[in-house]
Amino acid sequence: MLRALIALMLTVSFITTANAQDGAAPDREATGGAQTLEDIMARQRGEEVDNSFRSDATGDPDSAAGIASQLGTLGGASDPELWRGLRFGSADITASNNGPAATTLIQDGGMRWLQFREGPLLHYGGYLLFFTFAALVMFLLIRGRIRIDGEKTGRKITRFKAVERFGHWLLAGSFILLGITGLVSLFGRKVLIPAFGHETFSVLALGSKWIHNNVSWAFILGLIMIFVMWVLHNLPDRTDLHWLRKGGGIFSDGHPPAKKFNAGQKLIFWSVIVLGASISASGVALLFPFEINMFAATFAKLNSLGISEAFGLGQLRETLAPHEEMQYAQLWHAIVSFVLMAIIFAHIYIGTVGMEGAYDAMGSGEVEEQWAREHHSIWAEEELAKAKDAPESATPAE
Amino acid sequence: MKAMFAAFVAIALIAVGSNLYLSQAGFSSQDRASSPAVRLDN
Repeated sequence: MLRALIALMLTVSFITTANAQDGAAPDREATGGAQTLEDIMARQRGEEVDNSFRSDATGDPDSAAGIASQLGTLGGASDPELWRGLRFGSADITASNNGPAATTLIQDGGMRWLQFREGPLLHYGGYLLFFTFAALVMFLLIRGRIRIDGEKTGRKITRFKAVERFGHWLLAGSFILLGITGLVSLFGRKVLIPAFGHETFSVLALGSKWIHNNVSWAFILGLIMIFVMWVLHNLPDRTDLHWLRKGGGIFSDGHPPAKKFNAGQKLIFWSVIVLGASISASGVALLFPFEINMFAATFAKLNSLGISEAFGLGQLRETLAPHEEMQYAQLWHAIVSFVLMAIIFAHIYIGTVGMEGAYDAMGSGEVEEQWAREHHSIWAEEELAKAKDAPESATPAE
Repeated sequence: MKAMFAAFVAIALIAVGSNLYLSQAGFSSQDRASSPAVRLDN
């Protein structure tokens, strides 16, 4: 009882303190309402400072002095007030330049974007790729290559037709090019310029930009192709649950039954489709700057559905400067791309060094019958049954 | 392997083609950010 009472008292005292802090309006009398040393120090401590005392102080044209009076020609707004209007985006600006973002003269969010891009994005993105690669090397060392367990038959089953392999390689080839050139663009200023100098990076950056901008369409086409060709085979079903429960048989002796695609491959497929589509959308928005603005609308939806509140993000801003739309598109494009690159590392691993016989599926399109029986038993049975039926049905009826 | 090489050739062709098309499509910064009265390229 005493404990509960103490806990209650502590809670109440915390709430009271919090209220006291919230309620205390900073005293800016000494500076005539302008920001104080305490405001500057608070920002340096990383605290949130309510900027409305500045953003709202943009003058009052209605109470302007007469045009013939002292300062009357300023129209009720002093120079600092005019600059605040420009900085906080409330000034009414007319520009002779007819570009979509021409009336944004000061873009307040630019530094936050730059700092995030050069800091956490670059570091955590780099760590993600490095640790994924290291984990795969460790996995290979511990588990070793997954071999074909049974006796090889020497007989082949067609796993992927030429058009399927074409679509896969269109997507894969373009993704690798886009991944490398994207990393060159992202790591340029912080890593490549210090390492190789401006002259070398200039050539590298120009080439990367050309490849990244133009190869993107091949990626989008490949993405559409594999979606159309494989979506029906990738719908989840009951065999996937069994496959997942067995962990794909990766550490056990047995192979859980699977159709044309097992649950692991389905996860890869849907990751590629969903993340690839998201990367494509943000990429197209970046290719045509200021034409496609998706983030303000998305933030408004997240706010209205309460999703941003649920994740503790508060109310997201629903009005963004044109440049901020592009900055969010760039960050989203890079973050999602890092995630997809890490997933594709694993996909490349298991399709090449990780598993004996897997590469043939996308190389020649013909896989060893025993491999098919082990890794895609249900599909293999169906294909073999079809092959058995084919000559009979192909026999003329007469 | 033929399908793979065909896809790689297709990537190159799509890239060259899209560059030719997009540079004419009127979406360059110059086209978007200046009026016909502004002559930046001559």
